[in-house]
Amino acid sequence: MSLIQAISAAAGGAAAVPAGPALGLIEQLPGLQVALPMLGAVLAALLRPGWLAYAVMLVVALLSPVISFAILHEVLAYGPISYEMGGWEPPVGIEYRIDEANAFLLVLVSIMMAMVTIYAPRATASEIPARLHSWYYAMLLICFCGLQGMAITGDAFNIFVFMEISSLAMYALIAMGKDRRALVAAYQYLVIGTIGATFYVLGIGLAFALTGTLNLVDLAVKLDPVQDSRGALAALAFISVGIGLKLALFPLHLWLPNAYAFAPSVATALIASTATKVAVYILVRFVYSVYGVDISETMAYDTAFVLLLASIAMIAPSLVAVFQSNVKRMLAYSSVAQIGYIMVGVALLNEAGLTGGLSHLFNHAIIKGCLFLAVGCVVYSTGITKIDQMAGLGRTMPLTMGAFVVAGLGLIGVPGTAGFVSKWYLIQGAAEVGYWWLVAAIVIASLIAVFYVGRVVELAWFREARGAAASPRAPAPEMLAVTWALALAVLYFGFQTDISAGVPAQAAEVLLNGYTGGAMPVAETQGGVSLGE
Amino acid sequence: MESETLLWMSLGIPAAAAFGIPLAGRWPNIREGVTLVAAGALFLTVMTLLLRVLDGERPEAYGFEVVDGVALALAVEPLGMLFASVASTLWIVNSIYSIGYMRGNNEPRQTPFYICFAVAIAAAIGVAFSANLFTLFLFYEILTVSTYPLVAHKANEDARTNARVYLVLLMATSMVLLLPAIIWTYVAAGSADFIQGGLLAGAGLSAGMLTLLYALYIFGIGKAAVMPVHFWLPAAMVAPTPVSALLHAVAVVKAGVFCVIKVTVYVFGLDLLTETGASQPIAYVAGFTVIMASLIALMHDNLKKRLAFSTVSQLSYVVMAAAVASPLAILGAAMHIAAHAVSKITLFFGAGCIYTAAHLTKVSELDGIGRRMPVTMTAFLVGTLSIIGLPPLIGVWSKWWIGVGAVDSDNLWVVAVLMISSLLNVAYLVPIASRGFFMPPKDAKPGEPIAVAEAPLPCLIAICVTAGLCVVLFFGVNELEALLLPITEGAAPAAAAQAPADLAQGAIQ
Amino acid sequence: MELISAIVEHYNYWAVIFLMVGGLYIVVAKSNMIKTLIGMALFQTSVYLLYLSPGKVLGGTPPILDKAIKTYSNPLPHVLILTAIVVGVATLAMGLALIVRINEAYGSIEEDEVIDLVDREDAAE
Repeated sequence: MSLIQAISAAAGGAAAVPAGPALGLIEQLPGLQVALPMLGAVLAALLRPGWLAYAVMLVVALLSPVISFAILHEVLAYGPISYEMGGWEPPVGIEYRIDEANAFLLVLVSIMMAMVTIYAPRATASEIPARLHSWYYAMLLICFCGLQGMAITGDAFNIFVFMEISSLAMYALIAMGKDRRALVAAYQYLVIGTIGATFYVLGIGLAFALTGTLNLVDLAVKLDPVQDSRGALAALAFISVGIGLKLALFPLHLWLPNAYAFAPSVATALIASTATKVAVYILVRFVYSVYGVDISETMAYDTAFVLLLASIAMIAPSLVAVFQSNVKRMLAYSSVAQIGYIMVGVALLNEAGLTGGLSHLFNHAIIKGCLFLAVGCVVYSTGITKIDQMAGLGRTMPLTMGAFVVAGLGLIGVPGTAGFVSKWYLIQGAAEVGYWWLVAAIVIASLIAVFYVGRVVELAWFREARGAAASPRAPAPEMLAVTWALALAVLYFGFQTDISAGVPAQAAEVLLNGYTGGAMPVAETQGGVSLGE
Repeated sequence: MESETLLWMSLGIPAAAAFGIPLAGRWPNIREGVTLVAAGALFLTVMTLLLRVLDGERPEAYGFEVVDGVALALAVEPLGMLFASVASTLWIVNSIYSIGYMRGNNEPRQTPFYICFAVAIAAAIGVAFSANLFTLFLFYEILTVSTYPLVAHKANEDARTNARVYLVLLMATSMVLLLPAIIWTYVAAGSADFIQGGLLAGAGLSAGMLTLLYALYIFGIGKAAVMPVHFWLPAAMVAPTPVSALLHAVAVVKAGVFCVIKVTVYVFGLDLLTETGASQPIAYVAGFTVIMASLIALMHDNLKKRLAFSTVSQLSYVVMAAAVASPLAILGAAMHIAAHAVSKITLFFGAGCIYTAAHLTKVSELDGIGRRMPVTMTAFLVGTLSIIGLPPLIGVWSKWWIGVGAVDSDNLWVVAVLMISSLLNVAYLVPIASRGFFMPPKDAKPGEPIAVAEAPLPCLIAICVTAGLCVVLFFGVNELEALLLPITEGAAPAAAAQAPADLAQGAIQ
Repeated sequence: MELISAIVEHYNYWAVIFLMVGGLYIVVAKSNMIKTLIGMALFQTSVYLLYLSPGKVLGGTPPILDKAIKTYSNPLPHVLILTAIVVGVATLAMGLALIVRINEAYGSIEEDEVIDLVDREDAAE
């Protein structure tokens, strides 16, 4: 089995042998989704002129959304997909299991990857030395592969492997930032990230020792009778803290601001809009699907306590963001706050709340991606990252700062933008259970966003430009186009919510039912290997 | 044309203008042409709708569902029709005035100015025609965001600071109070639609809860400027005069009080409020604001500041009347939207004309201005008298109905507030005109004739039109009543519903 | 007696706990980056042990199919940990590479000193 683990990790399922007669391409989509970027990464690393490597990345990045949309379509039409990696039947073999929740996530991650890829070449040329381009693109692809793998797999240990694949690539990407502080940020992230991952493996190990299985569905079934036991609870605790470190859940977020602030623009945009989101998904998967919602009643997982933490997570980093001098770090703190919103939705344990959380996961990815890409345009044209120097930029770079304003409004949650839709659901979820203090926390946190977004907007639009801001280099059309595509998406998803809230609502329903809730066919388990007998 | 198409057009025309204006940005005449054509087209569209609404039609338009059971949707009812008519009429006048003012003062960045203006109008129309709380909130916030650049237009330290106050206060009230109130309503009633007779009628909230919810709404609608959330209005005085006119008369504060009436009538319902008394505390707060703001206005020497506090006071008339929750007071409140709009815009145009022609901003500097600018000051006087509430000007009718409605619901104190505040109106507004007409200019030599130096022609046309409207509306009050009476249909006891028609007849005769 | 036997019989877990806490302590307490990485590696190793030690079945043989043999040790933990070790090695290599670069850029591998410099750069912004 570990061979399969290793193969799927190293070759991304290239060696997959389809079980049964199904040989069509459609059946192989889940495997392809991980195999493509991994093969692309190897190829990109081997190809020397940077543009060739880029061409490989472009092909992969443009194909991936097609695949993930196809998968989402399949899932919505026919229910969850189970894909047996290497033809080994679950629970012995590794299963890729895709339902509404992770199909949605795959779409999100692959779209953001495609956007970032189109944006990448000139931003990369201006920030990364030419000899490193191929490596840089290879790293982006590996990171992407790891994230897709985490989202798609139905095997707890496989999640760990993919998590570390994406994390290792991220450490390298962050360290490639121009500023030497990027190195320190990457190192700190590496230490904290590794501890997080190790905690996660520890939790998995305990669950494994209890049940003898690593397949998530199988785990759900076998944990059910013992889930009040100390071992099961300890496992959940380790998993929660481990993932909490990875997703920068306040107060475990200390690695994040510098990592986002000093990474290259493209890497920041990709990581900020996808990595933490996938980590949230893993947490949601364990809490809802594997353990089930009822776990909150039995364990020390007091919902109100988690909600209180999440409220602090929304407000405290927002306040810190107001006082930042570096615009990327400001946005990074804002990201920590937004993770607080998502956690509120996750911890509310009702459908409106979970819908809000998942939909915010999507909306925030778009919004923050747009903001970081807009900042990337500013860096490309002027080299400015300090907020004070951005004075007058609205007049000299109106298109870029226009997109910044639109996405900023989304971050605040002004109606008509994507951010509003998710906030509506979150507040609704909180109102339904009568947590008025939580409603207050959500709206106050949104209000603080007015301050940190408004500060940049006011500087950019209502002051005279000086220094570098007065004479920016002409912006790159494709960079602007991508930034605006996301800005328009922020507006589009403020009205058209079939994907950004409709699918999360379905996913929320599936998640609330859990793997053992009877809503899903549970694989009959036989021959799960148990320990120490 | 289909009414639904007309509805979408009324939103689309100003929005399209917002895209057309930057395209024509290089040629100022064409750019202003775009604004004027759009304003004219919007006016015609809205008037067509108005005729149909008077015929009893209630056009609706459905966009798409945004949140579970909550859609972007438009629906016309009399109150919204009135607000839309006011906004679209005054947009034309204000555009003409803006051209004179902006060119006369050589203001920079005129293209963004006209863009934001058009967006603000689109938002105001959206507020007027919104079919549910979500749509209302959407356009309410667009209105806030689009007027922020207008307030900060001058881009100096003063403008930035005050625009910040403007944005933060309006955003804070709407997000922290109004949004939770809306979602609370949605969760309690299972819907967010405006319903004749009141959405919350069957929701079973206790009187205490209703009082709290009503307060959330009133203070959440910061644009209605009930104390203590009125700070933004005086702060926004840093903006150019056409923007002040937009804020005070055309769109912003009118959107605020409009929302208050709409929430009172269609979310709570008059019966529910009368039964539970949930709105009574707000009525007292508004009454206090009426008097207090008038007193503050009295102390300000800066003309625009004085007018701003006058607006705060006048807005609370509407809020007070709405909170009294009797059908006739609602009629008065709705009428006051129109009355105050045409009166106050006249005053602001006057202040802008004085600034453009003579660069004066303080009341104490205005001695003799009436002889230099006779047309402006005559119109200013008309506006003053209308605000005070003297016939034959529209201001008298709204105060009349508010008073009648208050008596009707045994709120005699409201009548007292009206009387005191009318006296205060006299005290802070009349001196401006009397100084202008009766005091000699400070720098004039005795015996020498004073040269007439009026504001640019577009400004004069605009101010005369609005002053004229104050008179025309006085005589057109029957049509206004015919439009507005259906608002409280079904909610009011039969006798009271009958009463206004008779009273109106009597009053006219 | 029961307590003692519980402790003695689970000596493998005690080893795990000792390594884990020791490793974490080093990560938290040591400023020297190399030492921090050593602590991190120890911490990871403890988890390897946690997986491996229960996999051994007393009296069992290596898991090779043969008709004569009834009891096998569980092979799964071993292969899992093989993967984990690969990941661990990669992380360690990555960490060491970063430390080399930090040393080049800041002239120190003491985290305190480096962070002082970083803070100074932040303040200068």
